[in-house]
Amino acid sequence: MIIVVLIGLLFGGGVLAWAADRFKLADPRWVSIASLAIGLIMLLAFSLYQDAVIVIDGQQWLASVQASWIPRFGISALLAMDGLSLLMVLLTLFLGIVAVLSSWNETKHSKGFFQFNLMWVLAGVVGVFTALDLFLFFVFWEVMLIPMYFIIAIWGHEKRRYAAIKFFIFTQASGLLLLLSMVVLVYFHYQAEGFISFNYFDLLGTELPSGMGLWVMLGFFVAFVVKLPGFPVHTWLPDAHTQAPTAGSVILAGVLLKTGAYGLIRFAVPLFPEESALFAPTAMLLGVIGIIYTAAMAFAQTDVKRLIAYTSVSHMGFVLLGVYAGNATAMRGAIMTMLAHGMTSAALFAFAGAIQQRIHSRDMREMGGFWSSAPRMGAIVMFFSVAALGMPGLANFVGEFLVLLGAFQADAWLTAVAALGLILAPVYSLIVIQRIFHGKPLVERPIADFSHREVVMMGMMMLVTIWLGVYPQAALDLATQNLASLMAWVEVGAESAVLPDLAMTAGGGQ
Amino acid sequence: MSISDLLYLIPIMLVAGTSVVVMLVTAFFPYHALVNRLTLLGLVLAMASLGRIDVTEAVQITPLIIIDSFAYFFTGLLLAAGIVITLLSEGYFRQNRDEPFLAGEYYILLTVAILGGLVLVSSNHFASFFIGLELLGVSLYVLVAYLGHAHSGRQNSLEAGIKYLILSGVASALLLFGIALIYAQFGTLEFTELGVAWSRVEVLNDPFVAIGLALILAGISFKLSLVPFHMWTPDVYEGSPAPSTAFVATVSKGAIFALLLRFFVTTGVFEHAVVFYALSGVAILSMLGGNLLALLQSNIKRVLAYSSIAHIGYLMVAFLAGHSNGVSSAEVAESVSFYLVAYFISTLGALGVVIVRSQMQAERDLDQVEDYRGLFWTNPLLATVMTAMLLSLAGIPLTVGFVGKFYVFMVGVQGFQWLLLAALMLGSAIGLYYYLRIIVVIFARPDGPPLAGEEVTIEVSLRDSLVLAGLGIMLLWLGVFPQSLIEIIRSAGLG
Repeated sequence: MIIVVLIGLLFGGGVLAWAADRFKLADPRWVSIASLAIGLIMLLAFSLYQDAVIVIDGQQWLASVQASWIPRFGISALLAMDGLSLLMVLLTLFLGIVAVLSSWNETKHSKGFFQFNLMWVLAGVVGVFTALDLFLFFVFWEVMLIPMYFIIAIWGHEKRRYAAIKFFIFTQASGLLLLLSMVVLVYFHYQAEGFISFNYFDLLGTELPSGMGLWVMLGFFVAFVVKLPGFPVHTWLPDAHTQAPTAGSVILAGVLLKTGAYGLIRFAVPLFPEESALFAPTAMLLGVIGIIYTAAMAFAQTDVKRLIAYTSVSHMGFVLLGVYAGNATAMRGAIMTMLAHGMTSAALFAFAGAIQQRIHSRDMREMGGFWSSAPRMGAIVMFFSVAALGMPGLANFVGEFLVLLGAFQADAWLTAVAALGLILAPVYSLIVIQRIFHGKPLVERPIADFSHREVVMMGMMMLVTIWLGVYPQAALDLATQNLASLMAWVEVGAESAVLPDLAMTAGGGQ
Repeated sequence: MSISDLLYLIPIMLVAGTSVVVMLVTAFFPYHALVNRLTLLGLVLAMASLGRIDVTEAVQITPLIIIDSFAYFFTGLLLAAGIVITLLSEGYFRQNRDEPFLAGEYYILLTVAILGGLVLVSSNHFASFFIGLELLGVSLYVLVAYLGHAHSGRQNSLEAGIKYLILSGVASALLLFGIALIYAQFGTLEFTELGVAWSRVEVLNDPFVAIGLALILAGISFKLSLVPFHMWTPDVYEGSPAPSTAFVATVSKGAIFALLLRFFVTTGVFEHAVVFYALSGVAILSMLGGNLLALLQSNIKRVLAYSSIAHIGYLMVAFLAGHSNGVSSAEVAESVSFYLVAYFISTLGALGVVIVRSQMQAERDLDQVEDYRGLFWTNPLLATVMTAMLLSLAGIPLTVGFVGKFYVFMVGVQGFQWLLLAALMLGSAIGLYYYLRIIVVIFARPDGPPLAGEEVTIEVSLRDSLVLAGLGIMLLWLGVFPQSLIEIIRSAGLG
């Protein structure tokens, strides 16, 4: 029930914000913050006091709700939340508040409509993190894109139309692939079991004919990796990030990218265990290429938002590596990286937005020496840059360390290459500090330091980053709740990988 | 044929009667509002009569007409589209009292064209098929060229009419010749009997049959504007007055597709691999060609023309999936029917926005994409409806268009039509671009104050707003809760 209330709260909050602005009743920004805060408090209270566990199909869930929707196709409105979903939804609500705060003064026109779109993106994302009917999941998956498209296309920067259309076509085209793959999966389930169902639990363990399985799995994989984004389908992201308004970038980096990773963890891997085991080395390789390549790309940028965007892709490479490494350690690391990256990238994008608002440029060649006039800003950005480069004691370190630890068991050489990313990360992180805050001031006028609003916003994220870095156990415990079943593919994959060997020995013996 | 059979023809007779009444009234009381309301009344009555007649058993009336739930479903759909177009036409053809009355013929022809559509959806005989087609076609020549007359003198309307007349005439001739060849060989024009004759495997080795069938398919492809028979479509869409464009896009194509469906399901002709491959080729070309050509357009009507080409291509995917054994004809009919409803709603809505913003007396319809710049900030309702319709045409979830596309996916996968599905996906992905381009323009923030005289504001009447809002609500409602429509369609199953 809490899930329905939560999604309704966000959808309703969006409508209220619009109405409030239209009829001049209240400041739409406060309406958004209020509904997000209510949702966050509700969810926190729920997670602290709810200890009854619902068991569905051998998996443990904290909450679930189901209603018939389109019986013709066996589609139901099935929403459920486990530890992983809970973490992601908490992240979404938290970053939602950050997003509203970060673009407090940025939207010059139609503030109500802006808040409406923002809230609907968040509602769609919460839906994605909780939907367990594949059709419903797909609906939310697409629904979160349309308001995001409007956010970029209406309130974006100079090349917003191009960026918005590119963003939409990339994600939508891969969405069609996802839909097709889902339908194929459902069809083969129907062939085997005799009833049509889009229910996640029904579809788990569906046997696909050999040859077909790999293609269907690839359909899921591509759709999720486009959103992640992973190399080589990441090219929409730098454009979308650069052109989006601050709140858009914060949501994109902090939350939307996580839906791709979530999709891999929840759907792509568990639904196709054997195929995933077969495909894992390739996926890990893509992850490692992404880490190194985009880290190098980041270093070459002069546009500060573009730079941060590339670092996002690099960090998401770790997630891809962790998900496909095939052990619990790496998977936990991937989930931790998702949370940590949510904080740091959101903070850095909020900072980039703040800079752009002050000097109307994102070009680092026009910046320099800001520390003298904006020490608070400098210190805070220093904190997040250091967090992003993986300083022990902060969240990102925990995530990346676990990923590397786990991946090392799977493939030592690839992991060794991936670890080079930890050298590149300081290079691009510190270059930001050096170019923007050190050196001779290039801007005549001193720039305004962070205001109280911005300090509060950044402070919130700093606290979470430190907490996750120092005491990651709570989050890891939550993430581990259904890990066994999510990781079942490793054993299934191992079994099927052993079979050819047995066959060979048998053949040899004759 | 008995007297009781007449009962089943009431909807058709009501529409025919309406055209006669409208003609007489126009002659003596030439008032636009009156004529418009009479037409509306006739169509609504015909629609209402549908609900009172039980058609659970198919009724064959003379060899020409079959009345079954499938026919009634499409009759209802065509009438609904006719009602919407009539409602929206009021504002478009509105004129001052002191001017000579101009729009009378428009309504007469509109009802006759709808009558043609009704005959098409309930025919299972080549003769009635051709009668329906010509009733529809001949009325359309005039509807398309309607504003080419001396009083408004839109050149491109006349051009479109002539183009449609000539090309459509050729297509009808091809069709007729094909029918003649088939008749020469089998001696029957009845679909069911033809189905028996066609069931032999080697039947297509007979040149008469093969050529005849090819000509018939070419003729139908022309009417449905499938690539490579699509050349007329953009010009006719652009040149026609906006209500006629909506009519061509929905009633005309929908009726012919319904007939095609019945023809193929009854005769089973696409069990033949050659026919299947030929139609698959046409479908793939339509999906890709339509979407690619739409990219180059700057006129909304032309965009919608190419997009309709692509949509008929998508429909063909569902249709062709019936070739494989895994898909029953009932499932094909179900998905095609749903898709057509979705297509009707979205197209009527999108063109409806063009209709209510345009005027007969103006030099041209407001159909350039640029005419819609910043519409959201001046008229949020129209802009929202337009956006919803375009998103539906693009197949975005929560709209009825998405459920339609989902249906096509389901049936396509069931029939293992991977190549067709790949073309469908590629086409949809390309299609996104031009739909989005229009949406971007609609939401573009007008820079600076509008130049003097540039503000073209046409007051949107309450009635137009209600009709469009109704279409928008229907689009969302059926997009979120499609089950009700699915049940209606399933009960009106074919085959």
